[in-house]
Amino acid sequence: MAPRWIGMGLIMGLEEKLPSGFVLTTVEKLAGYMRKNSLWPATFGLACCAIEMMAVGSAAKYDISRFGMEVFRASPRQADLMIVAGRVSNKMAPVLRQIYDQMAAPKWVLAMGACASSGGMFNNYAIVQGVDHVVPVDIYLPGCPPRPEMLMDAILKLHTSIYDEKLGPNREAVIKSVEEAALNALPTHQMKGLLA
Amino acid sequence: MFGTHGTGDTSGYGGLVRTPASTGSSERPYGSYFDDVADDLERAYPAFSDAIERVVVDRGELTLHVKREKLVEVSKILRDSLKFEMCMGVSGVHYPEESGHELHAVYPLLSITNNRRIRLEVSVPDNDAHIPSVVEVWAGNNWHERETFDMFGIIFDGHPGLTRILMPDDWQGHPQRKDYALGGISVEYKGATVPSPDERRSYR
Amino acid sequence: MTTFTDPYSSSRETTEGTVFSVTGGDWNELVTEIGATKEERIVVNMGPQHPSTHGVLRLVLELEGETVTEVRCGIGYLHTGIEKNIEYRSWTQGVTFVTRMDYLSPLFNETAYCLATEKLLGITNDVPERASAIRVLMMELNRISSHMVALGTGALELGAITPMFFAFRERERVLDIFEMISGLRMNMAYIRPGGVQQDLPEGATQKIRETVKEMRKAFKDNSTLLIGNSIWIKRTEGIGYLDLAGCTTLGITGPVLRSTGLPWDLRKTQPYCGYENYDFDVITTDTCDVYGRFLIRMNELEQSLRLIEQACDKLDKLAGAPVMVADKKIAWPAQLAMGGDGLGNSLNHIREIMGTSMESLIHHFKLVTEGFRVPAGQVYAAVESPRGELGAHIVSDGGTRPYRMHFREPSFNNLQSTSAMCEGSMVADIIGAVASIDPVMGGVDR
Repeated sequence: MAPRWIGMGLIMGLEEKLPSGFVLTTVEKLAGYMRKNSLWPATFGLACCAIEMMAVGSAAKYDISRFGMEVFRASPRQADLMIVAGRVSNKMAPVLRQIYDQMAAPKWVLAMGACASSGGMFNNYAIVQGVDHVVPVDIYLPGCPPRPEMLMDAILKLHTSIYDEKLGPNREAVIKSVEEAALNALPTHQMKGLLA
Repeated sequence: MFGTHGTGDTSGYGGLVRTPASTGSSERPYGSYFDDVADDLERAYPAFSDAIERVVVDRGELTLHVKREKLVEVSKILRDSLKFEMCMGVSGVHYPEESGHELHAVYPLLSITNNRRIRLEVSVPDNDAHIPSVVEVWAGNNWHERETFDMFGIIFDGHPGLTRILMPDDWQGHPQRKDYALGGISVEYKGATVPSPDERRSYR
Repeated sequence: MTTFTDPYSSSRETTEGTVFSVTGGDWNELVTEIGATKEERIVVNMGPQHPSTHGVLRLVLELEGETVTEVRCGIGYLHTGIEKNIEYRSWTQGVTFVTRMDYLSPLFNETAYCLATEKLLGITNDVPERASAIRVLMMELNRISSHMVALGTGALELGAITPMFFAFRERERVLDIFEMISGLRMNMAYIRPGGVQQDLPEGATQKIRETVKEMRKAFKDNSTLLIGNSIWIKRTEGIGYLDLAGCTTLGITGPVLRSTGLPWDLRKTQPYCGYENYDFDVITTDTCDVYGRFLIRMNELEQSLRLIEQACDKLDKLAGAPVMVADKKIAWPAQLAMGGDGLGNSLNHIREIMGTSMESLIHHFKLVTEGFRVPAGQVYAAVESPRGELGAHIVSDGGTRPYRMHFREPSFNNLQSTSAMCEGSMVADIIGAVASIDPVMGGVDR
């Protein structure tokens, strides 16, 4: 098996690897590779972004079945990725949370569009100002609506981050360090002098 | 310092007169088919002047201001004798300055047979916001009346199921009234915040 | 008694009886449980997230076996408060909000809003002819793209998967034209009060004509697949029956009304934007069922192509004419051009307002910050959107912001007819009936 990409190269370097941490590294890469290559989205199209999502799924120009993703699973039990496409109203938020809970781990959330990322242009009583108030989001995609190419770019970026996800104790270590960083981070309103 | 006080007119020319909703009535002849409509209505409904408070013709459209007690009667006559078969829904408007007539409900009507459009308007006070329901005349108004109740708090007597339709069922308040805040939050940027649209300084 | 241990799919007892949650893969257990209860009627919730309901629509069905005895719609899951939001924005900014209501036909929303605003301003006759022709062109293109989504998703929901691909392929052609003309594929905010935002680019009509030729050929793909297809006919003929009396009392317009045989189309009966000068037919069928509405939509595509060609001819004749109303106190001062950093005010315009004309600078400033003033009054303007009559009821108090704006959306009325159409039929027919109404939940909930 000639190495055709980086992951393969690591497997080929078997005999040069040290035993400690070696097995976990390649299992992580393998699991990451498997997970990212057949990520099945759950249908959560709400508004205008849903139409662009449908274009990505079914228009021949922006076909995502090249990534193995054209099967939009209707049942969240069978889905890995929830693309929240559109504005989430206060009435819809509990439904969103229930669908997210019904998905089996590992699961990821892509907030598509300005309304899902931050409430968008609708800063009012009816819209949740960003779905990260309701579900944990892995990648935000701005745009109103984002072009299909932008959605594919976000999905590919998510693929790379899924590929790099750690497992087991490594994962817990990563979670801990991310939480530490977030707790000690400078809040946005204290970041002065950056407007210029 | 920011926000509008008074008229908010910064042009320097002053005199931004905020005209209240028109209280006058148009005079005959109304023009185009409006005279026919008014005459037909008077013929079919002798108690016309009892029920119709004002007739306004503005920008090519006829508005009949109806007393709320007579709304269903007038609607039936408009539908059956004057052939206004379709009602395009109910639209609520809240004029907080018009004490005694704060809430208006507007019904645009369409006659397919005669290719005409008119408008019915009913005004009710805030503390007694009841309007008889016209669902028995035009069944399509079912959801429209529910929406007007949801957004303005106008209670339609005789409606088969008057509940909230757009907001969650346990929402408090009626969002599209003028005394209900927009409910936005200020947006944080690095080093600045942009207030929500109803609190920004703006021109009126 | 329960065999479910899943926190989301256990059954629970209520005053109305046992409530089950179905999550897939457990149908056998469900059937045994229900068989044990000896209930004939069950209430099924086709919740807001469902692949077959057009967007976030909740259908509550009461079933007796396979027959539906009652169906009720739950809406409001996409309520965005657009109408209240517009009260805090200027008249031109309102276009960007209004365009996102019925997101499959954004240009129709914009046109209804702009026609109402122009009526309030009293400049309906001052809108240049070229602007009206561009409006007609864009609206008919939008009609094609909206019908393509309706046909594609309707067919998909009934099980025909290929028409979806063909429909979206055609839609991409239309979206390319939209991008060429206005810069955006969807939600363009292109039609502004007084005219349109900017003129067509060079060679636009030529490109449109070529696309029309290609689309005419490509529409045959879908029609050969579905028209006359016995499975399609069995799924759609006689389904979702709603006759003329039902339509008028429920206030239903659009293809649903035209499927009863009544040729009511606002473009012919109460023309706007110069539609009286165009030559096209109003398509009707008289079967009052899903198949009839499907045929109407397919044939309206051809009529839209005719209108587009006529609009292109008109635009070629009117080359160089203004596209915004002449009154500088209302006209949106956008002479846009592509610069090094994207689309922005053209350098000529900037040279003019900074160097030559103080008045232009003042107009530009006042229009962008404050917006124009609209005299007080109320008005109702309607256009014929792909779903029916889209009406804008706007109240102005003389200021720079709308006092109240309410949209009479066709999907809001049309959805009320699901009960009338579906009660007594089978569960599978509900999907077809809702698909034939073609509701867009953004418009329903606003």
